[in-house]
Amino acid sequence: MEFRTRDGVAKVLNGVSYHVSAGETLAVLGESGSGKSVTAQTIMGILDTPPGFITNGTIKFRGEDLLTQSADARRQVRGEGIAMIFQDALSALNPVFTVGFQIEEQLKVRRGMSKADARKRAVELLDQVKIPNAKGRVSDYPHQFSGGMRQRAMIAMSLALDPELLIADEPTTALDVTVQAQIMDLLAEIQKERDMGMILITHDLGVVADVADRISVMYAGRIVEHADVYELFRAPGHPYTESLLESLPRVDLRGQELKTIKGLPPSLTNIPPGCPFNPRCPRVFDRCVTEVPAVHNLGMGRTSRCHIAEEVVARG
Amino acid sequence: MGRYVLRRLLQLIPVFLGTTFLIYALVWAIPQDPFAGKCGQRPCDPAYIAEMSQKLNLNDPLVVQYFKYLGNLVVGDFGTTFNGISVGEQIATSWPITLKMGIIALIIEAVIGIIAGVLTGLRKSGFLDNLVLVSTLFLISLPVFVTGFVLRLYLGPQGFDLMDTSVSSDPSFGELILPGFVLGSLSMAYVARLTRSSIVENRRSDYVRTAIAKGQPQSRVVGIHLLRNSLIPVITFLGTDLGSLLGGAIVTEGVFNINGIGGLIFRGIQEKEGVMVTGIVTLLVLVYLLMSLLVDLLYAVLDPRIRYE
Repeated sequence: MEFRTRDGVAKVLNGVSYHVSAGETLAVLGESGSGKSVTAQTIMGILDTPPGFITNGTIKFRGEDLLTQSADARRQVRGEGIAMIFQDALSALNPVFTVGFQIEEQLKVRRGMSKADARKRAVELLDQVKIPNAKGRVSDYPHQFSGGMRQRAMIAMSLALDPELLIADEPTTALDVTVQAQIMDLLAEIQKERDMGMILITHDLGVVADVADRISVMYAGRIVEHADVYELFRAPGHPYTESLLESLPRVDLRGQELKTIKGLPPSLTNIPPGCPFNPRCPRVFDRCVTEVPAVHNLGMGRTSRCHIAEEVVARG
Repeated sequence: MGRYVLRRLLQLIPVFLGTTFLIYALVWAIPQDPFAGKCGQRPCDPAYIAEMSQKLNLNDPLVVQYFKYLGNLVVGDFGTTFNGISVGEQIATSWPITLKMGIIALIIEAVIGIIAGVLTGLRKSGFLDNLVLVSTLFLISLPVFVTGFVLRLYLGPQGFDLMDTSVSSDPSFGELILPGFVLGSLSMAYVARLTRSSIVENRRSDYVRTAIAKGQPQSRVVGIHLLRNSLIPVITFLGTDLGSLLGGAIVTEGVFNINGIGGLIFRGIQEKEGVMVTGIVTLLVLVYLLMSLLVDLLYAVLDPRIRYE
């Protein structure tokens, strides 16, 4: 996956691979610009071409490669098979249509439901995402909802066609902390109820620890580490993950300076040779600058793209 | 909403009084004998002058004259010209023609402008985009009388003889299509450009991405989600434009010899028919004020985020 821009070709995604099963939550963790959202939008097929070009790879859903499907078949998968919710519900919902209209639209256009049935179902869906007085609020406009309610409405909309996989792209980033927790609980609950797969894109380690089963850590358009959530927090297998965990504020280290990762993530048009993390890595050595690390298998489905992965995980 | 409309309607009163008084003053307070040249080569008969001065209240102070005139207007009396022709009747004959031509112009500029704007907005920097950009620039830079004369000449019997370009005294909709096109051509170019930039701005918006992610068909993504938002500024422009189209078009009506409001007001000014000029202009002020109120209300209907309190 690459973006062809005036400043050159940006290799946005490179060797990204993950899978999600029904009822499972995969968290995709990474800094801004690491390619988390682009991965999600590539799966959905909603990236604009140009500038986005998928040069190779496969996206398999229910055993079929989405990339070889016709545009229309792919469109059918969107909403019905894979649904997506976005970060900022205020701009992601259409400002000039009521929330009800935007949910009913899915039911009417995609399912051929009658107006009355669609309205009834929309109220049910809003009720399921715990919007108080759903019947009264269904004909409100997005700007009349509070931030948390808007995100709930968007979740309701994404559930309209009972998708098997839900991609949540930073669903709580734009919300207050207390509301964040409520939305994450709601997502977890809905997922359990429907036995739905979920890809949760986030940069928030706390969110990850709460709801994810497995984690893929992304850096500069690559997955640098992939692990079970408990394993990863117990013993990170990549220096980047290690640095991320160390930069978390901790109550027991009160008064000490907060650790940060030095430097900035690389520009995707100009990824450093060797391991892309080498300019910022505390464990860097000569091989890192010249040689791209291969995927190291650490057992139990764990992988890490680090030359000294075994050593890193053992020290944890 | 109700209170807002009421407040706006009340605001119309001072604006209406101010503008009409200004016009009245400009027409009647000019330091010139209003009877000059009204009776052929000879000076007017004193009896006639006395009668008309009495009728037009010319002996009263200007403010009194104005309010007497306004009082007549309120009961629907537009007065008569120096020749005794009823101004109200003249307006009643010309107004429907102007209305027809204005509506035709509006339809043409809206339909062609919006289609051109949407097509070019969706496919930026293609052949069509360049074509529309150049042709709209062309229309914007050409004065209307040039567009009018050129089209009339080349499409008519003296040119390629494609259509009858003459317009009768009581024209049908068909006869007014060409004049309507000429009248609307400038705004058509603006509508196309406004639509284009609005589409370009909105097509990358988050809600369009959401509609695509929902798996809505392309026709609905563009036709419902994108268009509904992009047309808000365009429709408000068209509303304001209708206000000015209904004011008649002196140039277009002149080129095609149409007996509309524009022609009437032009002749009124030329022949120093004060009653005619003030009557029509007062009416136009009223129409324009009501249209702009309508546009503001329409704006609130189109964009639910806007609420007038």
